[in-house]
Order: sequence, then C-alpha cells, then structure tokens
Amino acid sequence: MSIIQRGLRSLFLGELLSGMSLTFRYMFKPKATLNYPYEKGPISPRFRGEHALRRYANGEERCIACKLCEAICPAQAITIEAEPRDDGSRRTTRYDIDMTKCIYCGFCEEACPVDAIVEGPNFEFATETREELFYDKARLLANGDRWEVEIAANLEKDAPYR
Amino acid sequence: MIVQALAFYLFAGMTIASAVMVIAARNPVHSVLFLILAFFNSAGLFVLMGAEFLAMILVVVYVGAVAVLFLFVVMMLDIDLVEIRQGFLQYMPIGGLVGIILLVELLFVLGAWIAVPETAAVTGVPLPPPEQVPNTRALGVVLYTKYVYLFQASGLILLVAMIGAIVLTLRRRDGVRRQSISGQIGRRREDSVEIKKVPNRSGA
Amino acid sequence: MANDSLMIFWEGYGLPTVIIVAQIVAIIVALLLSVAYLTLAERKVLSAAQMRKGPNVVGPFGLLQPIADGVKLLFKETILPAGANRVVFIAAPMITFILALIAWAVIPIGPGIVLADINVGILYLFAISSLGVYGVIMAGWASNSKYPFLGALRSAAQMVSYEVSMGFVIITVLICVGSLNLTDIVMAQQTVWFVVPLLPMFVIFFVSILAETNRSPFDLPEGESELVAGFFLEYSAIPFALFYLGEYGNMILMSAMTAILFLGGWLPPVDVAPFNWIPGPIWFAGKVAFILFCFLWVRATMPRYRYDQLMRLGWKVFLPFSLFWVVLTAGVVVAFDWVPQP
Repeated sequence: MSIIQRGLRSLFLGELLSGMSLTFRYMFKPKATLNYPYEKGPISPRFRGEHALRRYANGEERCIACKLCEAICPAQAITIEAEPRDDGSRRTTRYDIDMTKCIYCGFCEEACPVDAIVEGPNFEFATETREELFYDKARLLANGDRWEVEIAANLEKDAPYR
Repeated sequence: MIVQALAFYLFAGMTIASAVMVIAARNPVHSVLFLILAFFNSAGLFVLMGAEFLAMILVVVYVGAVAVLFLFVVMMLDIDLVEIRQGFLQYMPIGGLVGIILLVELLFVLGAWIAVPETAAVTGVPLPPPEQVPNTRALGVVLYTKYVYLFQASGLILLVAMIGAIVLTLRRRDGVRRQSISGQIGRRREDSVEIKKVPNRSGA
Repeated sequence: MANDSLMIFWEGYGLPTVIIVAQIVAIIVALLLSVAYLTLAERKVLSAAQMRKGPNVVGPFGLLQPIADGVKLLFKETILPAGANRVVFIAAPMITFILALIAWAVIPIGPGIVLADINVGILYLFAISSLGVYGVIMAGWASNSKYPFLGALRSAAQMVSYEVSMGFVIITVLICVGSLNLTDIVMAQQTVWFVVPLLPMFVIFFVSILAETNRSPFDLPEGESELVAGFFLEYSAIPFALFYLGEYGNMILMSAMTAILFLGGWLPPVDVAPFNWIPGPIWFAGKVAFILFCFLWVRATMPRYRYDQLMRLGWKVFLPFSLFWVVLTAGVVVAFDWVPQP
C-alpha cells in the first residue's frame, strides 16, 4: 500500500470502520451459547460426573468389597469397610466417598472388576453445605438407581473401546 | 416579583455564606468546594439580572475548568495545618494591607456610583433594550467592534502565558523511549518479516 | 375578598408550579425508565456482538432484569468507609445524578415540547456537562483510597481535555445557526442536517462524548483491570445506583445533544408524506436510540485506550483539527455570504 492510500485510510478511519462492521455482522450470527438450565450441551458416554453404585437386574448390589477402588483412589476419597453377609457373600458395610476430595479421575470405575462403582453423567450436584458432599453407601446406591438407564446406555456405548 | 426577590436573597446569601466558608473551612478541599458553590450562586445572580450568557460562561470557565484545576492541585497537596499557622503572624501585616486596599477601592467605586450616578452612563456602552436583543448578541456586538483590539490583546496575553508554561515544562530527556505512532502505523510487512528457505539439517 | 386573593395567588403562582412539577416528574420518570432499559439494551447488544444470548430469564426476553437489578441495589447495605469524608462521600453520587437530570430541562423533544426554552440552551447544556467532573472527582477524593483517587484524577484530566474540542464543535454548529437556542438549532436544519456538511465535526463530537461520559474505549477512570472499579470503588447500594443512573443518564443526555446538533432533532429526514406523518418526539427518540446503539456498538468493538494516547488524541489531534474546522467554517460562511441573520 502506498503512503497516500494509507494516509487516506487513517484519515477516513478505515481501521475503525472495518472493526465496527465486523462486530455488527457478528450481531446476526447464531448464538454460540446455550440457555443453560433449560438446554445442556452434549456429553460424552465417558463423561465422569457424580458417582453411583450399581445393582444387578435382580436388585442385588454389584459391589463385592474388593477395595480395589479404595486402593487406587489417588485422592484417598473412598473409605470401605466390609464383612461377610448372612448368606456368606462378601459385601460392604460402609462405602463412603468424600466428594470434596474426589478429583474425578475415573480410576475407581477403571479398577472395578464388576462395574459397580461408576461415574455417571450427572454434573449438577452442588449443595449448600459441605456435609452433604460426604456421600455414604445409601446415597451412592440411590444415585445408581436413579441414573441406571443412562449409566447402562453409556457403558454399552463405550464397551467396544474397552 | 416576590419570587425574584426571594431568589435574589437566596443566591446572595448563599454566595456570601460560602465565600465566608472558603476562608473559614479547615480542610483546603472543602474551601475549594465552597468556592465552587460561591461561583455557582454568582451565576444564579447573573441569571436574575438577565445576563444569562455571562452566567453560563462563568459556570463553564470558572466552575468547569479553573476550579477543577484548583481542586486537582489542592487534592494532591499534603497540607499540614500546623505548619501554615506558624507563618500566620509574620504575613499578617501584608495580608491586612492588601485587604484594606481592596476595601478602600470598593468603597471608592460604590461612593462614586452613589455620589455621581451619571458616571455609569458615561463609561458604559449604551445597551440595547434586553427585550429586543438577546444579551449574547449585544455582548458580541460590543466586544467585536468597539473593544476588538482589547479583546485580541487579552487573547494574545493568554496565548503568551500558555506558551510560557509549555516552554517551562518542555524538556527532552535522554533515555526515554517514546512512542512513534506514525512509525508504528507505517510499518509494513516487508520491513519486518523476511521469509527464508532453510535447507534441511542446517540452521537458519 | 379573601377568596379572590386566593384565586389570584393560585392563578399566578399555584397553578404554574403544579404544571411545572408535573412536567418535571414526567421527564424524570421517562428518563429513569430509559436509563433502566439502556442497561438492559447494553447487555443485549454486547451479548449479541459476542454471540451470546444475554439476560433472558427474568421476564420475557429479560425485560424485567433492570427492575430486578434496581431492587437488588436498593436492598443492599450502604457502606461508609471509615476513613472517608462523609459529607463529600454522600454528596458526590447525588451531584452526579442531579446533574444528569437537570440538563433535561432545556432539551426540546418536539416542536415546542420543552420545559424551559431558554435562549442560551446550548451553553446551559455545555455548562452542566462540564460540571459532571465534580461528582467523579469528589467521589475519588472522599473515598480516601488509592484506586478511586487515581480514577478521579484520570477522569478529571480526561473530561476537561475533551470538553475543549467539544466546545469547538459546538461553536462550529453555532456559526451555522446564529443562535444559542436549541429550538433554533433544530429549525436551522430543515433543509439539511448538519451531519452532512459537518461530518468530520460529527465524528469528533461523537468520540468526545464517549470520553466525556467515560465510556469505552475511554473508560480509564473505572478501568477495572488496573483500578478495580475506579472512582466508585468504595460505593455500594443506593449511592452506587445513583452513580450508575447518573452515568447512563449522561449517556442519554449526550446522545440527545448529538441528535439536536447534528441529526436535526425531531425533524424527519425529508419533509415528505410517509416521514412527516410520524410525530416529532418519535423521530427524536429514534435518533437518540441510534446514537446510544453506537455507544454500545463502540463498546463491543474497541479495546481501551492507553492514558497517554488518550491525552494525545484529545490535545494533539482533536483540538487542532476542530480549531481548524471552526476557522474553515467561519471562512466559508463569510465568503459565500451565508451568515445567518437573526
């Protein structure tokens, strides 16, 4: 560009006008944001959200208290106590996850041999007190019952890659 | 008429009260703020006299610009009241003398006005009746015809003062990196970027 | 007899007072509503330019959002900092707000629709806008805190600097009109709006009012990235709301001033059938809305100026250019014998 051209461009505010026209055009573009509480973005089947303990179809809980998840948990958020049940099978008496410690790495679900502990698709579990985030076994099983359909579908979608 | 009289006493009273506060206030910033209030009320008095152009110019120039600079400077100063009080008696005679001279001058003006009422008519320019000509126009007609040289001269004095202030503060210092905006804008791709073919396994 | 004098008093003083108070209330209510919806419009325009949706939850399309914001500010606690100068601290937001309101007394929104048609209207507007700096500088000083003080100093220098070039722009228009009355200024634009012959002055005026109202890209007094919130950092609740109202009221005022000086006030673009059916106040509101949109549009586009560049623009570019244009306009008007006659 010659000096004259550049001079004219700065005299007639060429840069400013081209910038303004750019923002003006953007005003009519489709919105990039979602109307969040009513619309949600798609999430992967591998999404690692809130934890859940699953059951078999007959209602028996899957967890066999092998404590692999407790062992692998890098944040040491999981606490398990176990003893044999009346029918001789080994089950947990206590399965606590401290959600304030959890880093959502997904190692627990990787380690689980029976797909009992999983991280479900739910990410909206904010609470008003810290105590509510110390999940116990009942809470985790309730999560499992609540999200079973989604969790099962996600596991099935992800199965070919495992 | 009652409303006008009330407004006059309101403005006049406020002007005097705030003028007193200018010298009475302990905090210098408060003094400047009272000074602004005094300017403002004088502008109100001008409006009551039908000199709305002067009133607006007073607000624009004194309140809007000059007093802002006052405030600016006073706010930045770290004023120690005790230190100021120390020199009070020392400067008292000079200050008193200036005050007395001003008072005497004011008395002369007022005395002449009362004793010889015709002087006002002699010195002033005959004003057109304010009902026919707005005072902005009347002022302009007088200022740009009869007093044009004085007007230009006062403008020149202000210009000289401005140039003087600039000359006093303008200095080139070494080691200061200045921005050259035209240089930045005028920079082109060819001046600053060079594309080189770099053969494999040898540096640029 | 007593009844008679009461009647005279009522007709002489009572009734005019009631009428004027009613007019003032009408102006203030309309102004406050416009300010409220200007804040919503700002958020909507900015979000549109950034491909977002903007507030849309409170009420349909977020229309109740400004009211929710106002209620929130009303119910917050007013905090007086311990080291603050109380009187000045409280007075500063009131001054800002009152100045934004009283200027509307002289703005003609239609033929003859004006509270006070004084014959130095434009000077009055200029004087009021030059007082706006006091609210800012007092707030900054009274807060007794470093960021507000820096913000106030910046703002004072900035507003005083840009007022000079604004003054020259106004003088250029006045040369073409020959009157300081705002109605006369509008009526002088019946053949052609001043934006056409004085386009460069229009641009300078628009940029200057951006600086005068501390709007982006000249919002250094409140530059949040360096001064946290600038001069109203220490304010909360209602004083904060007053600053907000004053700032946006000033934006609307300056837009109205631009509409009157350059865009022909309430006049339609051409005085032919479909255009002159629309009443004047609607044209006026439309023009003001357009300039306000430009304010928001500029905010969505431009990054903030650096302070030395801001001062350079004001004193080394705008001042000489507008001064040159004043001389040029005066020369042209005299040379072609277009001097407006009273």
